[in-house]
Amino acid sequence: MIIDQLAVFSENKAGMLADITTLLAEADIDIEALTIADTADFGVLRLIVDAPKKALAVLKLGGFVASLTPVIAVKTGNDPGSLAKVVRMFAEAEVSIEYLYAFVAREAGTAFMILRVEDRDAGAALLAQNGLGEAFKM
Amino acid sequence: MAYYQEGMERASRDEMVALQNGRLAGQVRHVYENIAPYREKMKEKGVEPGDIKSIGDLGKLPFLTKDDLRDAYPYGYLAVPLSDCVRIQSTSGTTGKRVVAFYTQADVDLWDECCARAIVAAGGTNEDVVHVSYGYGLFTGGPGLNGGSHKVGSLTLPMSSGNTERQIQFMADLGSTILCCTPSYAAFLAEAIHEEGKIGDIKLKAGIFGAEAWSEEMRRDIEKNLRIKAYDIYGLTETSGPGVSFECAEQTGMHVNEDHFFAEIIDPDTLETLPEGSKGEIVFTSLTKRAFPLLRYRTRDICVLSRKECSCGRTLVKMSKPMGRTDDMLIIRGVNVFPSQIETVLLGQGYPANYLIVVGRVNYTDTFEVQVEMTEEMFSDEVRFIEKKEAELLAALRSMLGISPNVKLVAPRTIARSEGKAVRVIDKRKI
Repeated sequence: MIIDQLAVFSENKAGMLADITTLLAEADIDIEALTIADTADFGVLRLIVDAPKKALAVLKLGGFVASLTPVIAVKTGNDPGSLAKVVRMFAEAEVSIEYLYAFVAREAGTAFMILRVEDRDAGAALLAQNGLGEAFKM
Repeated sequence: MAYYQEGMERASRDEMVALQNGRLAGQVRHVYENIAPYREKMKEKGVEPGDIKSIGDLGKLPFLTKDDLRDAYPYGYLAVPLSDCVRIQSTSGTTGKRVVAFYTQADVDLWDECCARAIVAAGGTNEDVVHVSYGYGLFTGGPGLNGGSHKVGSLTLPMSSGNTERQIQFMADLGSTILCCTPSYAAFLAEAIHEEGKIGDIKLKAGIFGAEAWSEEMRRDIEKNLRIKAYDIYGLTETSGPGVSFECAEQTGMHVNEDHFFAEIIDPDTLETLPEGSKGEIVFTSLTKRAFPLLRYRTRDICVLSRKECSCGRTLVKMSKPMGRTDDMLIIRGVNVFPSQIETVLLGQGYPANYLIVVGRVNYTDTFEVQVEMTEEMFSDEVRFIEKKEAELLAALRSMLGISPNVKLVAPRTIARSEGKAVRVIDKRKI
């Protein structure tokens, strides 16, 4: 399914990460997953949260540059080969993956993959064809 | 003591003043007849060429600024037919503050002669090997010293800047004796020579360094590390290039080639001419140039003039090393940079005009960082996209400025906004 991922600009400076997470905590926002893409000068925080629109508003109000990006979330088993299976499916359909990250879900034995693909519609269609497109709760 | 043109360099005060008076009167007529925008300025002030009979009348003439030249780009201040011109040189920057200067062959010759005086003052003769590591091209540094070296009859090595290894190899193999470059490049070369363990192979005896600010401490360091005597040189594209003034062995200021460039010190606020010894903005009037003869050109450099007797025997008035600027121009790695140029690029690329320039100096080389606040438009969840935008901005800045800053994206609203004059520049260099 398609979900909103929150992205936040973070200058490489002490305390930036603490400021961002504190703002979210104060707004009672639950972070499900977080990853950072960084360069020498700056980082881009990517987060999956329970209330992305509210989180975006909170961060903007706090003076951060942030955006929401629709990404693909896939629920898989938490066992060897699950990740490979999904990625191979995208490879065979020639849908390029910009980036992905995975995290273990609360429900025992399951994991989630978050994928940012070049062609999101093709990616979503691909998931539906393979029976992975259903909505689910993180 | 050796001089290149002893008659001029050691002229008595009376001889010099008589020469300047005659040259000024002729030059004002030439300018009035051939440069329409300056003629308008004179008419506005109610001054006619006949009113200017001597240097004492100079104060009646209107001033010229870089903005005047920019507004008249490219031919507005050209005073001879283009067919009489043989060369152009230009200030850095591709738009905005660019000035294109024109030269007849006689203009090039007098410029070269001014540089020749500097080389001879630094001990140069036709036995010397003059190693020119200033940039060649539109920048006046390389062409100026190159021409001066030819006039002296020295063997000239037109090295231009960069490729340090080759610089050192030529210096050693061809026995360079006089090095001409920016002081920061001289310091850098000195370090590289010591690193390669080649100081024993270097025969340098003198260096002529200009185009950027340098301290007395830096001079002593360069002198010690290169085992040379280091001489300062001053000039600007608008007046010709390096060689407007030059240092002699006394190293207490630069002798102005005042038979060609008349120097005044003014109060930059009231625009009044100040007496000798006062600190103020130095203003030059070209007495001899034909193609691009600027009268009362405001340099924005803060200096002091002195007619104290000099042990070198020259009677040419001396100007101090510039002590600062009356505008916000920065000289970074020898290149003139105006904050407004950076603003122009940012606005052109769709950024807000909120930025901070941080200039520093590491190992005698200038560091140059432009901090820009991250915006919604530039942001993406993909790093690659942000880096692409960053690269586009860097390319636009490089093309505008002629040098590459380090672009740093910072968090929004972290660059201080102030109600009055915004702080756009932090210059950490201690010169």
